[in-house]
Amino acid sequence: MAEKLIIDYSSPGRKGYSLPPLDVPDIKIEGNLETEYIREDLNFPEVSEVDVVRHYTALSELNYGVDSGIYPLGSCTMKYNPKRNEDIARIDHLSQIHPYQSDGDVQGSLRILHELKTDLAEISGMDEMTLQPASGAHGEFTGLLIIRKYFEDKGIEKSKVIVPDSAHGTNPASAVMAGFDIVEIDSNEHGMVDIEKLKEAVDDDVAALMLTNPNTLGIFEKDIKQIADIIHDAGGLLYYDGANLNAVMGYARPGDMDFDVLHLNLHKTFSTPHGGGGPGSGTVGVKEFLKPYLPRPLLVKNSDKYYWDYDRPKSIGKVHGFYGNYGVLIRAYSYIKTLGYKGLKKTTENAVLNANYMKVKLKEDFELPYEENSLHEFVLSGVKQKEKGANTLNIAKRLLDYGQYAPTIYFPLVVKEAMMIEPTETENVGTLNKFIDTLKTISKEIEENPELVKNAPHNTAVRKLDEAKAAREPDLKW
Amino acid sequence: MDYVSNTEEEREQMLKEIGVEAIEDIFNSIPDEVKLNRDLDVSEGMSELELKRHINKIADTNISLDNYTSFLGGGAYDHYVPSIIDHLISRQEFYTAYTPYQAELSQGTLQVVYEYQSMISELTGMEIANASLLDGGSATAEAILMASRISRNKKILMSSALHPSYREVAKTYGEPKDLDFVEIGLDNSVTNLEELEDNLSDDVAAIVVQYPNFYGSIENMEKIKELKQQYKKVLLIVVANPISLGLLTPPKLFGADIVTGEGQSLGNTINYGGPYLGYLACINDRKFIRQMPGRIAGATVDADGNRGYVLTLQTREQHIRRERATSNMCTNEALNATISTIYMATMGKKGLKEVAEQSYKKAHYLADKIDEIDKFDVLNLDNFFHEFWVSTKLPVKKVLSSLKQNNILGGIDISRFKEEEGILISVTEKRTKEELDELVRLMEAM
Repeated sequence: MAEKLIIDYSSPGRKGYSLPPLDVPDIKIEGNLETEYIREDLNFPEVSEVDVVRHYTALSELNYGVDSGIYPLGSCTMKYNPKRNEDIARIDHLSQIHPYQSDGDVQGSLRILHELKTDLAEISGMDEMTLQPASGAHGEFTGLLIIRKYFEDKGIEKSKVIVPDSAHGTNPASAVMAGFDIVEIDSNEHGMVDIEKLKEAVDDDVAALMLTNPNTLGIFEKDIKQIADIIHDAGGLLYYDGANLNAVMGYARPGDMDFDVLHLNLHKTFSTPHGGGGPGSGTVGVKEFLKPYLPRPLLVKNSDKYYWDYDRPKSIGKVHGFYGNYGVLIRAYSYIKTLGYKGLKKTTENAVLNANYMKVKLKEDFELPYEENSLHEFVLSGVKQKEKGANTLNIAKRLLDYGQYAPTIYFPLVVKEAMMIEPTETENVGTLNKFIDTLKTISKEIEENPELVKNAPHNTAVRKLDEAKAAREPDLKW
Repeated sequence: MDYVSNTEEEREQMLKEIGVEAIEDIFNSIPDEVKLNRDLDVSEGMSELELKRHINKIADTNISLDNYTSFLGGGAYDHYVPSIIDHLISRQEFYTAYTPYQAELSQGTLQVVYEYQSMISELTGMEIANASLLDGGSATAEAILMASRISRNKKILMSSALHPSYREVAKTYGEPKDLDFVEIGLDNSVTNLEELEDNLSDDVAAIVVQYPNFYGSIENMEKIKELKQQYKKVLLIVVANPISLGLLTPPKLFGADIVTGEGQSLGNTINYGGPYLGYLACINDRKFIRQMPGRIAGATVDADGNRGYVLTLQTREQHIRRERATSNMCTNEALNATISTIYMATMGKKGLKEVAEQSYKKAHYLADKIDEIDKFDVLNLDNFFHEFWVSTKLPVKKVLSSLKQNNILGGIDISRFKEEEGILISVTEKRTKEELDELVRLMEAM
């Protein structure tokens, strides 16, 4: 099953590229560049085009994508990536444009970007958006810098950011990068923000509370208005992590929940492909009073003309070399225009319906630590199965044997042996049933033959990999 | 149009099994006070045909490199992209996969990352590369933060010949960490080394230079290495265009501790500035590895002793270390790194060199011709890679708009960065002699 490295296909003199012959008079590089600046050797592969095509095709076959089947990673929203979006992002007049062309040259693209940010602002209930952040974490960092700059501008010193213990790891990491100290607060027995503990944690040194709503357990923070009041009354701001927006589109908007800043993950909610880990886009939205602090440049529409406004003296500056992940933004635009307002709402409805259906079916076999109503995702615990000899990691690996991807595991940290399941709306009841049946089968296997599950996977291209060895004896290149 | 595949009947049946009557009932946990009681003000959905008509019509209002000859560079380069790249990355197994959390079903992505790390290390001369960062600007900023953590110093000597936008991003990232940025001025088109020397001291965290720099000039790396080596703790960060390294000596040989930059030129479509990829490579030192941002893939063995790949050294990362992580990096630019890997493999040992050499030779042919025109001077005529700085007494805006009327995007008006003036002209292997001569002819007529 193993595929060797591309360098191992190398044969001296083999070529996989072709270029037109040099058509200007040739010059000797040696006479123009000092010898110490001329590279001596480049140990790159020497392979043919067919070698390259076969090799990377073989590697692709060792992967699993959304088109392969269900991809139930909780908080990752692995929905189908529409093919039309791919075609549209490749239209020459959209993709073959240079970032330093004048605004007048690229009015079409700027119109698309402006319509996109207007739609995203409407969907999330915010007043203004920047499209510059290139990932969710990049959006968090940008949003927190905006908060930092706002307080600095007002002459108010604030050093702390509160994050719940169920938060994504990027939340505290981004807040530290933005110069804040972290205060972590425990969730209550319902998996929600503990209002009393929040009150205890809040003082006038708190710049912001970062919240995902619904939270990583899929549970909607029903006291959100009260939470917002507690933070706002203490002079702090409310940050919304948009990872779970797929749960509420058309039903509720973070802006109406009194969030001041948010980021949206276009590679989750708005269907752009994850590419094996990126690219993404973490567009940031703010309420009107934070608009001056958005990254430069800001896209502006003036009568029928669109332009980048660099004259923004209170801006946090730039967070990206150019304007953000434009190709991702085009795909998100194509998605929103395809669905329209009805499709967006129906998307959310079916994401939530699918998750609730799975939860009802699976809680018969797996412990459900929080009985609260949940939305687009839910978290099970593998504690019962662990007692019988196979833990959540083993269950995840066994799922791979059945040709299905595993849920997010051991997250959120507040649940032991956590399995966080998010089916998304693009799966139908047939694929859900197949996944449910597989998990039930694995649960039975654990009762009958725990070793089988413990030693999984058995049928994948490689068996369970030794991560400890990888870290102990780093082998990071050929 | 939507992508929901449950039918009405199936939805009804599912609701029954859940034990609720209507879909709205599942949303009861959302309090009324925050519920949206109206439709979203977003347009009606479209069929695929309508959508394509709609977007094509908008797209046609753009001026694109498809029908204009471009001499624009400045960190985004119009190199030839072989056909096989888009075919290979359009395989759904690559582009629709998530971050390789389940390594056993993600060996394709993981091995690509390993190959990417190998070739970036080779190209830069460094020992270790990560799996990619977000873009050249943010990667430069991450490299600076990393250097400050390693040296425990806050002063950064940053060349003014570093891309103006990268400098701005670096300052945005450095501000919360109280980094003290000292910008070293220009000496013609390169970093003023006397000024650099005067500012060097033991409390400097890093020197940051670009090679070739923003104006296309090749810095005096020998001298920079010499200056750096006088101070034990000072690190050297080199921001490099990877294509240039097909021809130029790798930064490691000039004492670089961290090499970073924009990987777009390695096979990525111009795409109005993104998605691109930041790359970052460093020396093999435990202190450096521990402070590295972003994901790293490594080789290991499976339960049967067979070779396989995993994400490794993850105790640096946010999902394990949370607020003590080296960076908040999570999503990176994996598909762009895949593009660059396939590009590097396809061009290979000879191809990358040929692209670099052709770009160099064509750029020098053009620069010589332009310099011969009375009204134009090339400021770095004897020392540049594939991009050069033209000064003129004519109004730059007029020069460029007159070229545009002839379907030529003549270069970047340097005054847009509000520091220097002139035109930055970039030439890749894609430009033909005919196109270069036409540009010269038009400039001669001005």
